Amino acid sequence: MGGYIIKRIISGIVTLFLVATLTFFLMYLVPGGPFLSEKAPSEQTLKALQEKYGLDQPVGIQYLNYMKRLIRGDLGTSLKMRGQEVNDIIRTRFPVSAKIGLMAVILAIAVGIPMGSVAALHRGKWFDRLIMLISTMGIAIPGFVVSTVLMFFFGVRLKILPTFGLTSPLHYILPVAALAFYPTAYISRLMRSSMLDVLGQDYMRTARAKGLGQFKALFKHALRNAVLPVVTYLGPMLAGILTGSFVVEKIFTIPGLGSQFVGSITDRDYPLIMGTTIFLAFLLITMNVIVDIAYKIIDPRINLK
Amino acid sequence: MNNKKNPFSFQLNVSDFLPAEESEKQGMVVMRESVSFWKDGFRRLRKNKLAMASLFVIIVIMISAFIIPAFYPYSYEQQIRGSENLGIMEYSESELERIEAGEKVFPHLLGTDSLGRDLMIRIMVGSKISLLVGIIASAIILVIGSAYGSIAGYFGGKVDMIMMRAVDIIYTVPDILIIILLSVTLKYPLKELADNVTGFEWINTVGIGLISIFVVFSLLYWVGMARIVRSQVLMLKEQEYVVAAKALGASDSRIIKKHLLTNSIGTLIVTTTLQIPSSIFTESFLSFLGLGVSAPMPSLGSLASQAIGGISSYPHRLMAPAVVISLIILSFNLLGDGLRDAFDPKLKN
Repeated sequence: MGGYIIKRIISGIVTLFLVATLTFFLMYLVPGGPFLSEKAPSEQTLKALQEKYGLDQPVGIQYLNYMKRLIRGDLGTSLKMRGQEVNDIIRTRFPVSAKIGLMAVILAIAVGIPMGSVAALHRGKWFDRLIMLISTMGIAIPGFVVSTVLMFFFGVRLKILPTFGLTSPLHYILPVAALAFYPTAYISRLMRSSMLDVLGQDYMRTARAKGLGQFKALFKHALRNAVLPVVTYLGPMLAGILTGSFVVEKIFTIPGLGSQFVGSITDRDYPLIMGTTIFLAFLLITMNVIVDIAYKIIDPRINLK
Repeated sequence: MNNKKNPFSFQLNVSDFLPAEESEKQGMVVMRESVSFWKDGFRRLRKNKLAMASLFVIIVIMISAFIIPAFYPYSYEQQIRGSENLGIMEYSESELERIEAGEKVFPHLLGTDSLGRDLMIRIMVGSKISLLVGIIASAIILVIGSAYGSIAGYFGGKVDMIMMRAVDIIYTVPDILIIILLSVTLKYPLKELADNVTGFEWINTVGIGLISIFVVFSLLYWVGMARIVRSQVLMLKEQEYVVAAKALGASDSRIIKKHLLTNSIGTLIVTTTLQIPSSIFTESFLSFLGLGVSAPMPSLGSLASQAIGGISSYPHRLMAPAVVISLIILSFNLLGDGLRDAFDPKLKN
């Protein structure tokens, strides 16, 4: 057990290191460095700026400095928003995104698991078909389509829900629903197939044969085993919600990290892009490691090497 | 003495021992053609109505994406003066005058955008871009992934361990972040390459955005394919015919090409078909963020992104590309599922 955890953590650190290195060298590829904007600065200003940010030194030293700063948790300064630390931007923006993301995760689990289970129990009936139809479509429709269609119907046509900002609890409904759409569809498909698998197992027949009520057999035996694949999906789901947040926050103009990231791409604000990428990669890799370890703890049948 | 046999006699009947006639011989042949792998698979695919319907939708979309634009009276970048912001099937004033004068004017089936460009042709060209991205990226992924996976699986041991460790690491990298990062940065070196190095001018004709998408996808997404191919090869290389081929002196590359990859073709087809919608999905996401193909080239993602500003007055501008892209992804997913059911030996019966 301990060995596995250590191995997993080390591989996470290696991945993170690779991402950081790749980020650095990709940014180095961009000609003119980060100061390439519409208004070309004079040669002197450029030189002064390069000296200030240490861009006049050789690549190796720049890389070392960058890594040193990174280990200290310093992600640098934004270029377009003068004087703003990337750390500060993340600190103010991230909680907003985290709140919406967390709500979407809870919604997806709370809706997806019952939907998939009920579909499996009613296999082949119209209810099963309906849920499968919805979830197949849910996987095929891109997030920006879901968001804009939701916004159009509930915000523009029916005018019952606000479409931008996050000032009241009502404002949360559309973005959270849009963000939760794909994972809900995915979880209900996953849950349906794993539930069908579990229902055919011998221990389910044993449980029924020894006189366990259907309700109890379902909750004590079937659900517990069937929910395991959903746990493995938690890691990818977080990644999906994260990417979803780029689109959803842009569409609903939410002041979160996702819209900030998209904005920094449009602005070509390289330090901000880099900093956000590394922060998000750190978040995702950590979550994946935690999910992997949790999965092995929950399911004792998986042997730990 | 008559020839009549006593019914209780044990004497053998001579006529029973005559050589069989041709017609009798024919009757003994089992009258069924041997069913090949392909025939069997396609027979099962044909029974799957959902997959056949998806195939039909894909073919219709492909025809309208690749063939119709060549004959269409408008082009995707043509800005028609005076015809800005037309609704569905509307004509501008000058076009109405021309119709009154007896001229035939092709209707704007889905109206025009704020620059007077016909939306119908833009959507068709946009779906062409999406399909091209999906198919070409999947083909690149297929080539890299199957080569890598089969080499790792076939040689096994240390080679396998080192090669698959690399795959594991790429697998844990948050792909979408790296894709965004690469698309942001790759444009500059690609542009340099296209402008300054002779022999690379074709990059400009294809479009830097498209090339960078291909590069990015093939850098990251082959790992899934490599894993699947490796597991297939690990299973297949224990078969007798591989041993036989080895005994006959076949080279490693011949065994991989002729025996291992050929025998895992079903899995390869299914995985590639399912890779297409996921590539299209990612491309539309990137285009939506403004990182995909560059203007004036339309892509379904960028068309939807441009339409958001005017969603309250022109909702059809958003709905049309949204419906097309969802339809493409859905059909490829369903077709892939159908192919898997038909060709995966594990799911037989």
